[in-house]
Amino acid sequence: MAKLKIEDLDKITEDVRRKMTIREGGGNVKITVHMGTCGIAAGARTVMSVFLKEIETHNVKDVIITTSGCAGLCSKEPMATVEFGDQAPVKYIELNENKVKKIFDDHVLKGKFVTEYALSIGSERIQ
Amino acid sequence: MEDLSLHILDIAENSINAGAKNIEIVITDSLSNDLLTIEIKDDGKGIDAEAQQKVMDPFYTTRTTRKVGLGLALLEEAAKDADGQLKLESELGKGTKVYAVFRLSHIDRKPIGNIVDTIVTIIAGNPELNLKFIYKQDDNKFVFDTTEIKNRIGDLEINSIEIIKFIHQYLSENVNKLL
Ligand SMILES: Nc1ncnc2c1ncn2[C@@H]1O[C@H](COP(=O)(O)OP(=O)(O)OP(=O)(O)O)[C@@H](O)[C@H]1O
Ligand SMILES: [Mg+2]
Repeated sequence: MAKLKIEDLDKITEDVRRKMTIREGGGNVKITVHMGTCGIAAGARTVMSVFLKEIETHNVKDVIITTSGCAGLCSKEPMATVEFGDQAPVKYIELNENKVKKIFDDHVLKGKFVTEYALSIGSERIQ
Repeated sequence: MEDLSLHILDIAENSINAGAKNIEIVITDSLSNDLLTIEIKDDGKGIDAEAQQKVMDPFYTTRTTRKVGLGLALLEEAAKDADGQLKLESELGKGTKVYAVFRLSHIDRKPIGNIVDTIVTIIAGNPELNLKFIYKQDDNKFVFDTTEIKNRIGDLEINSIEIIKFIHQYLSENVNKLL
């Protein structure tokens, strides 16, 4: 395959625009990966990369992924928060590649919480 | 931190937390001088002279979620371990420059690691940011600038997955051969 050039973006952009017209409104699911120092040291960047890869392979259009600062629970990093529609946000802790994939399949795609990876209510001290 | 690309992500997160709109990351590796340098420059809120004396101290932080601030201290440690040092220049209201230098061949120098994932993570997480990334070698130079991408894609978001995929692949092709 030929090496990518910045100019190749023109074609990609055009393709995306064409598909956009048949797309439904976006932003149904929001994923936030916490990128504080402890999170990064514990693997937050991998969490981000795996989520991006999942979004790409499942070709979902209504998922927004973003990063934020430290969540103040360093020992439970890496962490991510998933907000599905208008359901309450769920904070997931001690993530790794497999947990992220499961969260993506169940929660991001189907709106089903993955209780076993979620921060248990009450142990929380988050602003 | 396992490698330098993770330190870079962490220092760039400081810039983002300081409200930066523009960040420039420059990595220079020079075999002829046996030096590796990393420079991260932002136009965030800056650090006043008094606080600058204290930022390397792990017990100094302006964050409210935790009492210690480790990012800069950890990078300084990594630089010192490789016979190098860390320098910080900052002006209140103007911005901050973090400059780390390492002896390239030093046995304890951490590897650069996956710089592509670091750049992609910064962009995907902060689409409004302008990020410039430069990788220099003795006789090679690679320049990547999100402004150029944004000009190409017009009103499309830089964090839409197709564009992120492009950036990931484009950077991999250009950077990995330099590493
Ligand atoms: N680019 C920057 N612009 C403005 N202030 C900064 C910048 N980088 C660091 N600082 C200041 O220096 C302090 C120490 O930074 P450092 O990265 O060492 O720790 P932290 O960000 O507070 O916490 P941690 O990195 O452990 O999450 C920060 O709290 C902030 O006040
Ligand atoms: Mg920091």
